[in-house]
Amino acid sequence: MRSQMLIARRKAANVVFVGFCWLATIIALGALAAILLSLLKEGVGGMNLKIFTLDTPAPGSDGGLRNAILGSIMMCAIAMLIAVVVGVLAGTWLAEYAGDSAYGKVVRFVNDVLLSAPSILIGLFIYELLVKPLHGFSGYAGSVALAFLATPVITRTTEDVLKLQPAALREAGVALGSPLASTIRRVLWRAGQTGILTGGLLAFARISGETAPLLFTALNNQFFSLNMTKPMANLPSVIFNYALSAYDDWRRLAWAGALVIAAAVLSINIIARTLARETRRS
Amino acid sequence: MTLTLDPSKALPKQGPAPKAKPRGGALDPFFEALCAASATALLAALCGVLVSLAIGGWPAFHKFGLHFFTISSWNPVTEVYGAAGPIVGTLITSFLALLFSLPVAFGVAVFLVEFCPSVLRRPIGTAVELLAGIPSIVYGMWGLFVLAPWFALHVQVPLLLLAPPGSLLEKLTSGIPNGANILTASLILAIMILPFMAAVLRDLFLTIPAQVRESAYGLGGNTVEVILSVSLPYIKRSAVGAIMLGLGRALGETMAVTFIIGNSHAFPKNLFDSGSTIASTIANEFNEATTEMHTSALIALGLVLFMITFAVLAIARTLLGRPKVV
Repeated sequence: MRSQMLIARRKAANVVFVGFCWLATIIALGALAAILLSLLKEGVGGMNLKIFTLDTPAPGSDGGLRNAILGSIMMCAIAMLIAVVVGVLAGTWLAEYAGDSAYGKVVRFVNDVLLSAPSILIGLFIYELLVKPLHGFSGYAGSVALAFLATPVITRTTEDVLKLQPAALREAGVALGSPLASTIRRVLWRAGQTGILTGGLLAFARISGETAPLLFTALNNQFFSLNMTKPMANLPSVIFNYALSAYDDWRRLAWAGALVIAAAVLSINIIARTLARETRRS
Repeated sequence: MTLTLDPSKALPKQGPAPKAKPRGGALDPFFEALCAASATALLAALCGVLVSLAIGGWPAFHKFGLHFFTISSWNPVTEVYGAAGPIVGTLITSFLALLFSLPVAFGVAVFLVEFCPSVLRRPIGTAVELLAGIPSIVYGMWGLFVLAPWFALHVQVPLLLLAPPGSLLEKLTSGIPNGANILTASLILAIMILPFMAAVLRDLFLTIPAQVRESAYGLGGNTVEVILSVSLPYIKRSAVGAIMLGLGRALGETMAVTFIIGNSHAFPKNLFDSGSTIASTIANEFNEATTEMHTSALIALGLVLFMITFAVLAIARTLLGRPKVV
């Protein structure tokens, strides 16, 4: 009798637990679906060709987000240029030269901390480093801030990818009389290029939606400008300002901008993941 | 014809042949130095953040000393800056977010590993991972335009009408019913860190060897018993690390919170009160700060945030090891 009750209780506990897990998943997917749905619902309404052909307007007049989108692309491109060079080299050092050295461990630790460090602090740092001494906000300062966020991702993926390459590749390089530097550049980097590309795409996806580090570095600019030594329009800052404004047309533009950013980030992420899966398979 | 060996034509004796220098070998040390310099740049970046925040925040620390942490007034007019409000706001929102998010993330992770029909496993898993990458400004806008009005209309107003004047309930739920408060900020944070924590926890569950779980099932355990008394203890250490990583994200999250927390620097009286976090205060005020002391106080706040997140992330890294990036 008691054992039957025990079994019944265990069964009931199990049912409750399984139900809880189902419920948790439904809640999670429901919340995230709700966010994406409102993004689509509000964003598609403001979506038209003018978004890409007109500049940010004064309230009440017709306009788009061309200057902001272009500014974001330019700043991200320069940031990626810096981040890929520094990140790939640092990742190479960690994988090929650092070994188990104490300094290597410190750098690995620092890189992992930088991976999740609050981005607003990077913005403050660049403000102190580049904006205050040079007396002005600039697109370049924004790029450098973004580069600081992208580099740790690339460093980490490069290190992981290079460590996956078989030792035979390095030995073959040595046997052919090639210097280690050439082996790394001509053999190991080439063997790991898809993985490094994946890391680059992930880093790009991460910085293209970042707002906080741009607030005090690139600032914003309501006009079209290609001058990176001056304050520069960028999509996240425009969304932030317009969303908090009291004008309905600005808010519509903010939603459209948010949809553009989310779509871009999601598609870059999907490409990166597909690449990663392809490499894992082969 | 006989083969003649002419000693004079033999190779001159020189000892071992000279070792050929590989072509481009001179570049080798240069390349290594370049790689090492890049790695050092990362270290310099972290130290640079620390040093610049310390220098920039020094005037505020010097003027207010330890009172910086205890004063709850933040007043640019009288030039009195105390960080108690934002610091407490940061800690409360982050811990609440963790509290809301952790059970759900755990449920999702267990679901994906144990119960999910195999057709859905990949799509749901990928969806969760992708949602971790959506920019925080999108979450913030959703919080401001969808969650906050809903919360005000369906939670705050009914509670205000329900609570008898002078009662505890009235004290707890007082505040302007506009949905911009500490509780909704925590909810947004919880939704933001949810996919991230679920993905890390799922990967941890997947590291448990099949034999361990199967032997537990073989002994007659059912799912809840296997999960709670075998799987969970197996990953306990790393799971705490994953939770700390989620906490680290929540502590430093800026934009989503700035949209919805209401931005008042007073010490929050209850969960329905508007508040501020360190990151939201910096984001809101930094460009408008006109006096040197105001800027310095904001940078000092940044240093406090840096210390807190660094400690949390360091613990996470020690417990969790290195979670995968892709």
